[in-house]
Amino acid sequence: MAIAAGTFESLELRGVGRSFGGVDALVDLNLMVRAGEFIALLGPSGCGKSTALNCLAGLLPLTHGQILIDGARVDTLAAEDRGFGMVFQNYALFPHMSIEKNIAFGLEMRRLPKQEIRRRVDEAVALVKLEQHVHKLPGQLSGGQQQRVAIARAVVLEPRLVLMDEPLSNLDAKLRLEMRTEIRRLHQSLGLTTIYVTHDQEEALSMADRLVVLRDGRVQQIGTPAELHDAPRNAHVADFMGYRNLLDLVITSVEGTSVTATDQGFTLRGTAVDPVAVGDRVRAAIRPEDLVVVPASEGASDNTNVATVSIVEYHGREFAVGVTTPSGRLLHVRSDHAPAIGSPVELRADPARVLVFPSDPSDAAALSVEERELEEVRT
Amino acid sequence: MSAVTAGGTRTRSTASLRHRLAERGVDSSLFMLLPAIVFAIALFIYPFSYGIGLTFQPTLAMQAQWGGGIFANYVAFFRDPFVFESVYLTMRLALPVALFNVAVSVPLSFKLRQRFRGKETLTMLLVLPITLGTVLTAQGLLIFAGRQGWLNRFLLQIGVIDQPLTLVNNYWGVFFSLVISGLPFAFLLISSYLSGIDPSIEAAAKTLGANWVQRFRRVTLPLLAPGLATTFILTFVLAFSVFPSARLVGDAMGETRVMALMGYRAFAEQLDYPMASTIAVMMGVVELVIVAIVLVWRSFMYKGSTGGKG
Repeated sequence: MAIAAGTFESLELRGVGRSFGGVDALVDLNLMVRAGEFIALLGPSGCGKSTALNCLAGLLPLTHGQILIDGARVDTLAAEDRGFGMVFQNYALFPHMSIEKNIAFGLEMRRLPKQEIRRRVDEAVALVKLEQHVHKLPGQLSGGQQQRVAIARAVVLEPRLVLMDEPLSNLDAKLRLEMRTEIRRLHQSLGLTTIYVTHDQEEALSMADRLVVLRDGRVQQIGTPAELHDAPRNAHVADFMGYRNLLDLVITSVEGTSVTATDQGFTLRGTAVDPVAVGDRVRAAIRPEDLVVVPASEGASDNTNVATVSIVEYHGREFAVGVTTPSGRLLHVRSDHAPAIGSPVELRADPARVLVFPSDPSDAAALSVEERELEEVRT
Repeated sequence: MSAVTAGGTRTRSTASLRHRLAERGVDSSLFMLLPAIVFAIALFIYPFSYGIGLTFQPTLAMQAQWGGGIFANYVAFFRDPFVFESVYLTMRLALPVALFNVAVSVPLSFKLRQRFRGKETLTMLLVLPITLGTVLTAQGLLIFAGRQGWLNRFLLQIGVIDQPLTLVNNYWGVFFSLVISGLPFAFLLISSYLSGIDPSIEAAAKTLGANWVQRFRRVTLPLLAPGLATTFILTFVLAFSVFPSARLVGDAMGETRVMALMGYRAFAEQLDYPMASTIAVMMGVVELVIVAIVLVWRSFMYKGSTGGKG
């Protein structure tokens, strides 16, 4: 394959920050990217992930920090001189140029010979399987095809770095899955170093080699998908990694990392991520799939609580069940059978899979249950 | 009764006639067009046809002087250098003014697309002249730029010039007046066309290595061109029909003897209504020729969606 990644050893972001009129959109981002890596920047809307990407692309000047490639600064270069490819959320194709012309644009800007341009455009078109559409205008293509053109336009330049800004968020669910595989395939076959912005944790976990979770412009955690999935650093990362049940509790006993916490008759044994002491206010995080419904009659088992079924959703192999605890808390759980609405059930959790985080007093106020639900609706 | 036709592909509608007409847009809501139709006939179609009719009823004096029977007025229009020259004099004003207004509005709109301190004030200052009448503008120009005006006195005092500049009562007076009244229109139109172009398209060109000249020439200008053409037509038409300022700040019998003035002269001074109508009709014809040329040029350009909010 002739299209290949531009070469470098490492890309380093050193204390990168950006503020807009005194408001910090991105604070102190430190990241070392190795050539060929696929990094996902993950976070809710307004967390600074797109700001970080635009800073990398050179579309936004930095207010703090440096960006270095193999030790040489690139943040002082203009966007047009960085040689990074960028794929935009709304594709940003040139509406007045044919697909072919769109893909050739960057090559023409580099004043490459005509035959060279032809050859590389043909290759890029073949790569994204759009051979029959080269003479059409972008408006005549479907969303998925337009996104493929945008990707071809970026990779045809053999960029040192490909930046993708939520490229799949405008596509429907089925196409999104297909394009996910497609991007992954391109990444692997071309060895492109990619930085991918998304708010979809599933997308990030399935595609990236490493994830950077951002919140309010600050890095929460950097790690491999497995690390983030199994061992989130704090309650925000946990929330974002699919721990839908976040419970504010008070510690009643501590034995090493095994702790028991309770609140209003709801008692749970779990694993403390950070050291906590008896009487501390904590936030326990549990995935719906780790909180299982057991019939009330079985009883007497370990680490169980009672609740009433309020919502049952069919999810194919299993049922997603919404239950209400006696204190009125709504929990998301899983069940292999459909319990009757209004019936009492027992919920069982494996203590190893209940993560207990010390609650940050400022956070508790900043992110109430209502706000969290609002956030879920938004993302 | 629905019967399958011989082809078997279409079935006859069972809906009532009224329903079928409504499907084609023929229903009682058409009465809402009535006032518009009445006004269009009474105030435009009838007088316009009457005026065209008048042009073919030349006065006996015209017929005697120029010949050509019922076409005497048209013969006079093309043969009489005093009349025909006004076409050139009007074009000499309207074309440069329209080009100037469009050319100046483009960088202005680009700058005012960004956010910066004082943007609202600047926009307001640019648009404010729309509210000024032509007469007010003319009066202001005479006071400001006349031989004894502030501008000349200031330039004389600081020693830049030793003779007052002649800026009014000639070509330039009318030019300035037309720029003052036409530029805000051009600026507003081009700004709205520019806001219709998605900024991420330019950002994409930037990441693909295009510098600002290449971005403007290859991406923004082609997307903006249909808007520029429309803006050019509108400011051209505004400038072409210039009448008050040509008289007030121009040289009404010399450099700025525009077609509108010639028409007025025939109408009010020579009381030759048929000739006045002929000049008015020819004004329309000349404008249409220019508009047609621009529209033909525009038809070769991309006119689809540009992705922005416009």
